[in-house]
Amino acid sequence: MSATPGPAAERREVAVVAFAQSDHARDTAEVSEAELLLPVLQDALGQAGLRAGEIDFTCSGSSDYLAGRAFSFTMALDSVGAWPPIAESHVETDGAWALYEAWVKLLTGTAETALVYAYGKSSSGAVRDVLTRQLDPYYLAPLWPDSVSLAALQAQALIDAGDTDEAALAGIAARARADAAANPHARHSGPVPPGEYVVRPLRTADCPPVTDGAAAVVLAAGDTARRLCDRPAWIRGMDHRVEAHALGVRDLTDSPSTRLAAERAGAFEQPVDSAELHAPFTAQEVVLRKALRLDDRVRINPSGGALAANPMMATGLIRIGEAAQAVRRGASRRALAHATSGPCLQQNLVAVLEGEPR
Amino acid sequence: MSEGGAPGSGTPRPGASRAAVSKEPVAVVGIGQTRHVAARRDVSLAGLVREAARRALDDAELSWQDIDAVVIGKAPDFFEGVMMPELYLADALGAVGKPILRVHTAGSVGGSTALVAADLVAARVHRTVLTLAFEKQSESNAMWGLSLPVPFQQPLLAGAGGFFAPHVRAYMRRTGAPATVGSLVAYKDRRNALKNPYAHLHEHDITLEKVQASPMLWDPVRYSETCPSSDGACAMVLTDRAGARRAPRPAAWMHGGAMRSEPTLFAGKDFVSPQAGKDCAAAVYRQAGVADPRREIDVVEMYVPFSWYEPMWLENLGFAAPGEGWKLTESGVTELDGDLPVNPSGGVLSANPIGASGMIRFAEAALQVRGQAGEHQVPGARRALGHAYGGGSQFFSMWLVGAEPPAT
Amino acid sequence: MPPTSRTPDADAPEVLSAPLVVEFPFTRSLGPVQSAFLTGLRERVVLGVRTGDGRVLVPPVEYDPATAEEIRDLVEVGTTGTVTTWSWNPAPRPHQPLDTPFAWVLVRFDGADTALLHALDAPGPDAVRTGMRVRVRWAAERTGAITDIACFEPYEGDGRGDATPHDGEFTDPVTGITAPARLDYTYSPGRAQSRYLAALAGHRTVGERCPSCRKVYVPPRGACPTCGVATRDQVEVGPRGTVTTFCIVNIKAKNLDIDVPYVYAHIALDGADLALHARIGGIPYDEVRMGLRVEPVWRGDGRYPDHYRPTGEPDADYDSYKELV
Repeated sequence: MSATPGPAAERREVAVVAFAQSDHARDTAEVSEAELLLPVLQDALGQAGLRAGEIDFTCSGSSDYLAGRAFSFTMALDSVGAWPPIAESHVETDGAWALYEAWVKLLTGTAETALVYAYGKSSSGAVRDVLTRQLDPYYLAPLWPDSVSLAALQAQALIDAGDTDEAALAGIAARARADAAANPHARHSGPVPPGEYVVRPLRTADCPPVTDGAAAVVLAAGDTARRLCDRPAWIRGMDHRVEAHALGVRDLTDSPSTRLAAERAGAFEQPVDSAELHAPFTAQEVVLRKALRLDDRVRINPSGGALAANPMMATGLIRIGEAAQAVRRGASRRALAHATSGPCLQQNLVAVLEGEPR
Repeated sequence: MSEGGAPGSGTPRPGASRAAVSKEPVAVVGIGQTRHVAARRDVSLAGLVREAARRALDDAELSWQDIDAVVIGKAPDFFEGVMMPELYLADALGAVGKPILRVHTAGSVGGSTALVAADLVAARVHRTVLTLAFEKQSESNAMWGLSLPVPFQQPLLAGAGGFFAPHVRAYMRRTGAPATVGSLVAYKDRRNALKNPYAHLHEHDITLEKVQASPMLWDPVRYSETCPSSDGACAMVLTDRAGARRAPRPAAWMHGGAMRSEPTLFAGKDFVSPQAGKDCAAAVYRQAGVADPRREIDVVEMYVPFSWYEPMWLENLGFAAPGEGWKLTESGVTELDGDLPVNPSGGVLSANPIGASGMIRFAEAALQVRGQAGEHQVPGARRALGHAYGGGSQFFSMWLVGAEPPAT
Repeated sequence: MPPTSRTPDADAPEVLSAPLVVEFPFTRSLGPVQSAFLTGLRERVVLGVRTGDGRVLVPPVEYDPATAEEIRDLVEVGTTGTVTTWSWNPAPRPHQPLDTPFAWVLVRFDGADTALLHALDAPGPDAVRTGMRVRVRWAAERTGAITDIACFEPYEGDGRGDATPHDGEFTDPVTGITAPARLDYTYSPGRAQSRYLAALAGHRTVGERCPSCRKVYVPPRGACPTCGVATRDQVEVGPRGTVTTFCIVNIKAKNLDIDVPYVYAHIALDGADLALHARIGGIPYDEVRMGLRVEPVWRGDGRYPDHYRPTGEPDADYDSYKELV
């Protein structure tokens, strides 16, 4: 692999200047995806004081399999107001990767602002079954191994390795829901009992709630960002990496792709004081903390994280948005945001955000 | 303001850029395709994409270790019945330990995918990127994937061709084009395909009479004027100036690239000549410094799934004045030996692995300016346009490539 | 299951939802390595593949996950192995290997360096542990698929040690599998569509006007797609309209019970700012033309007009509808 060209310091400055999300719900049957998205986009654009036509680049993340319809993103475009025509793209995965694509676009210098959005109605289908379709279609998908079962294999591997135990997992679950009490958008908050085993060793509280929701972020470059908001959350670095697909060739107790992405994003150059981790299952937080070398001084998921609200395809983007809000509020000086995709943390994205001055 | 960097109607930018940003020039140094066929029963999904990727690497004389990132595109996941297949394909594409990004912008996706990959190089995030698009239609059935029934919605009463045929009729009404123009396009593209070993349809006994005698499926669209359904993949290696210097064969240089989208259905939508297509082309020409595309562009690979879209896009892309596109086709200008050859490869009419079709257009444009197009090479091609579109004629992606590096 | 409805706000009598089934028997070609592995399972043989650095991957893949190199060096391993991690599934879901509670296991076959995912039939979670020994329980009927392994079962004993070379050749190899997949969804068209459909039930076509550009959308989609604002003002349009363009369909679509040829047209209802699509009847197909004035014909309890027929009015002038084509 050739070296990454040019030191990151020469890169253009890009910041999150606005973030909005829906009030996440178990079921949003009363609205279409465009209707779910519309107020969120208006909120984000309103925060930045921009109209849709003033955005240079738009990028979204969603999944046809989640919606149960092919080309589902085309109708969601109705909520954007894409007229006159806009420069626009779409990724078939979590919106965090849409944000990555938009960030790259801004780095090329050909756009000053970008609107990134993502949405998912996890309630539409049986999400545990839907996610089996993202597995190896020859050796895995015919067995229909659901997402909770696979996460439970990972949790057991961690327990076997002495990295955690069920009590520690319950502690993560309790902390996430307690923190979510301060998050008005969260779906689960307050004390929750550990519950029964869904797939042992994971109990109800170790699993994310089925959630419908949407989120939007506005990015801006350099002085445009400074003009659009008081405290831009500067993206100091961002990178994503993937691992082998098969669980049986991976060490499920580790996440080398997260560590590598963090390294490339500059996360280890200085300590972060908060982190928003996209860990839908409690045990995955253990893996991520280890890979990211986050000790007890780092505030983990002050929003409650994916355990409090998991609108699939938007959950990762929300991590970046929440980390940016923490920076913009002054609650965090240097925040790490993480997003994941695929079974048992196969693909991972890491961003580092800071306020100014550097 | 958009990809062109030229001031547009957008937000004013007082002191927008602190430091001048210059994009890294992007070069295409490797191109690979599969031989597109109705059904590749001898390979897995991994085997299919791998074949195109390996050929692109071989063309560039690079190994998997030389690739910094992978950008992959395809049309809806339902076509193969695998959700986010890039997760399973990561191993086959040498992406383990690297970034892999999945793009989906409907039929334009092959082009959009290449543009996202190009941005990674232009932004100097990565030096050498593998980009790939594919479809293995034979795993399901294209019409099933395109027309999944949705409750409460009126079913599409006419199939895929029925969606496009009324727009063709509208074009004919608007321009007064004679009814034979579509058959001329099909006859040309199928003959061009005979010179392209990767094309799906090789109709050695094709004649204009046969095209004109083929069944009228969706009047005014005949069977021979429609695209096939194919299994196939296309890959390219994109790199920076340093990478281009090391390349064993001539590079194609990117001079402009843009995506434009407009809503699916809206009041005032012009299906015959969508504004998003015009704007996208204008942005590409502005970046490339092209003032008169008809004179300054040597060859075009455009996305023509039904024959009549050639004259329609000739107008939409500014090669002909409104109402005049069919005259270029009728007078032979778009023939392989014409003044402005369109689809020397045989185009989408001769091979249509849907998700890959746009990237094949981009790749074929690059092959032309590299002088590597073989039997369907347009002699002396210096500048070529690759074009893709999708959705309800609403998503457009295009690039313009040249034999010389762009002025920096 | 019939469509259901609920009442979320005052001006929408009901918001609709209905089951949506996505189902297809996907046909998957296998390529050489997967073909050998799955054919081997049919013959009760477990194959792996050896990587360049000598590791044995079971199940075998075509490309080395570590180096991306193509790997084709097949080996045979034992049918016994060791559990490397597990989870207990108390409530099996549809299509999973066993319909009674079971353990998901990753099993490293004897002679292999990596593990395969499958089910383990065990009396309960207390009978399962990492490191336990298991063996394959073969399916009674085997076709060359991962499900030819019915599951694993506990096994006390040692297995064979090393992987031995195998040429991957079998008589009548399996080259493809059929992978049926059915997913059940609930589809909700949203508020605007529900309002539209409610009016349509009374044979009235009600669009919505954009507060910004004043265009009338039929069917309404809740947002003006060009302005990106919510549409709320109800506007009744039609019932008559003008054919703006059309095609003549000469091939019968599989799922449609309509005799060919017939005309599929874009119709701009009077008062609407964009055309909708429908079939034209009550006139020979070859007499339909752009500008034809038409009206809906309802049949039975159809949700939409069955078709549109000529009104007998003079044709509309091209200039009057050309912006709607």
